[in-house]
Amino acid sequence: MATPVLRWCCPGRRWVFAGIGGVSRHGRGVPTGSTSSGKRGQSSVAQQPLITAQKPRKGEREWAAVVGLEIHAQIASNSKLFSGSQVDFAAPPNSLVSFFDASLPGTLPVLNRRCVEAAVMTGLALDCHINRRSLFDRKHYFYADLPAGYQITQQRLPIAVNGSLAYSVCVGKRRSQMVTRTARVKQIQLEQDSGKSLHDSLRSQTLIDLNRAGVGLLEVVLEPDMSCGEEAAAAVRELQLILQALGTSQANMAEGQLRVDANISVHNPGEPLGIRTEVKNLNSARFLAKAIDYEIQRQINELENGGKILNETRSFDYKLGCTVPMRDKEGKQDYRLMPEPNLPPLLLYDSGSLPPGTDPQQVINIDQLREQLPELPRVTREKLVQQYGMLPEHSFALLNEVGLLEFFQNVIKETRAEPKKVTSWVLNTFLGFLKQQNLAVSESPVTPSALAELLDLLDRKAISSSAAKQVFQELWRSKGKTPAQIVAEKQLELMQDAEALEQLCCSTLEAHPQVVTDVKKGNPRAINKLIGLVRRATLGRADPTVIKEVLERQLSS
Amino acid sequence: MWTRAVWLGLRASAGGRRGFPSKADPQGSRRVTAELIEHLERLALVDFGSQEAVARLEKAIAFADRLRAVDTDGVEPMESVLEDRCLYLRSDNVVEGNCAEELLQNSHRVVEEYFVAPPGNISWPKLDEKEPFSHC
Repeated sequence: MATPVLRWCCPGRRWVFAGIGGVSRHGRGVPTGSTSSGKRGQSSVAQQPLITAQKPRKGEREWAAVVGLEIHAQIASNSKLFSGSQVDFAAPPNSLVSFFDASLPGTLPVLNRRCVEAAVMTGLALDCHINRRSLFDRKHYFYADLPAGYQITQQRLPIAVNGSLAYSVCVGKRRSQMVTRTARVKQIQLEQDSGKSLHDSLRSQTLIDLNRAGVGLLEVVLEPDMSCGEEAAAAVRELQLILQALGTSQANMAEGQLRVDANISVHNPGEPLGIRTEVKNLNSARFLAKAIDYEIQRQINELENGGKILNETRSFDYKLGCTVPMRDKEGKQDYRLMPEPNLPPLLLYDSGSLPPGTDPQQVINIDQLREQLPELPRVTREKLVQQYGMLPEHSFALLNEVGLLEFFQNVIKETRAEPKKVTSWVLNTFLGFLKQQNLAVSESPVTPSALAELLDLLDRKAISSSAAKQVFQELWRSKGKTPAQIVAEKQLELMQDAEALEQLCCSTLEAHPQVVTDVKKGNPRAINKLIGLVRRATLGRADPTVIKEVLERQLSS
Repeated sequence: MWTRAVWLGLRASAGGRRGFPSKADPQGSRRVTAELIEHLERLALVDFGSQEAVARLEKAIAFADRLRAVDTDGVEPMESVLEDRCLYLRSDNVVEGNCAEELLQNSHRVVEEYFVAPPGNISWPKLDEKEPFSHC
């Protein structure tokens, strides 16, 4: 039974119920606050999600979780989906609003070509089937930031369906192995964004800014193929990288360009799926996994305590670190979906079906867009692994930081050092310094040329690797100095005089007969002491490996 | 004069949960339940304030029901009369906006270039909680 169970669960993650305070089994029939209908708005006890690799004790139920995602990405376009007003993140309130966006009577939607292209490109990148004919619908609900009282979306027949998103997670005891997982893409649809509400509880009012109302969104619906917060976060991250590579969305979560809603349920392996809850307001990459894991654990705790999961919408409270029911979403919403009467079906063509003599501005050719697709992150990583012999984890790290790949490639261009050395220096030393001071690659005081020069010196064995680290540190601190200058200033050049080194080693051995005896007795650490002494004598200008060679030779003679 | 008592009476006379007439029941009751009225009022923010309004609704449904007499087996439904039209694609240029002052004139209340709305959604009172209301 163990193997099929593992197939359901997140690797290394068995969801085991452990009660509050770590006591293993509570008695049944102790309902918590959430099951009694009166107590809306009360948040559950904030618990740290339990990640346990313990073996489940006898009689304890095992749980598996399924997570589906609805991801909304703001399309990177100049103007909005159905109107010609500007798309911009920061502008005076209500200054980027057209009459249509404000839902004034007599206005009609006019579809933005760029948004359709963005949707098709994203669909192609996710291996979707592009529907040659798709339709627009109205989804009705009342909210002050939705002036029309409905959102134009594509529920029934969206522009792309049935794709897949491949992402990687770290597995294994030391989380050192990368495996690829896939989440099926149910559909991609074009829809309008709503305006922004600023709640002023003091004066009991809401302030509405419609700048965002009508901006084009791509909704990507992922099937519940993920089983924990980590997988969901990895999938979202990969989608983010894909969208950025395509240029269809900047997908910056902090600026609200990428928003994620999660559908979460738990069940016992082998049994049907449980009731799901929807968790909205997951707008931070940092808290995405946490929030999902919290909700999974909350559901497990609830069921283990004999309670029931309500099919409700919850929100993640960042301050409390827990999910809370959303008051406005009580009961099932009836969106009264109807076809958008003002928009004919959207027809797309390929090279085979393109009607002759049509205005190219008025038709979209899927094949043409496919040819123009930029290189996807997956392909870039494969190329890095093949070209430079680096591990997949390294290729992930290079693509994970803005500008890092370009930096790496610039260093490679200018240096004679081995790619593996460059990879190691960029990912360990360079990135380490950046992270320590919380800098972006673009803010780095060290240029690719400087690092390239440093690595050349190292490659030529003009300096030792410890000296190189010192030089790097100095490069970081002082502007304008070249590695060669720093080496000269600090006298870090390696001793090139072999004879002088031999003499130093010899004199060191003579000066410390006790240590020599230790070495000859077979103490493995004694030789390090000798190496250290010689290094100090050379003022750090000799390569420790060379010192070791010379000493060992001299000792054995 | 419309009172709560009459409202409850309507509910009672509807005889329990008889919902929307189904296709299999062409002669079925055309009565619309109070739950459905409440649902519609909440969804569409209309006020079925009187028995007459409900009766009118029932007549409208009956009138539309005659569509079911047409045999539509194997016929693809038409969703829009614009089916054969070409969907015009606009170039991605900024050509409108920048009229905050004009738009804000439409708002009853304005705070510093923001429209002012009541906080969140005001929850619709449930049937039992409704105040008795009168219409002349």
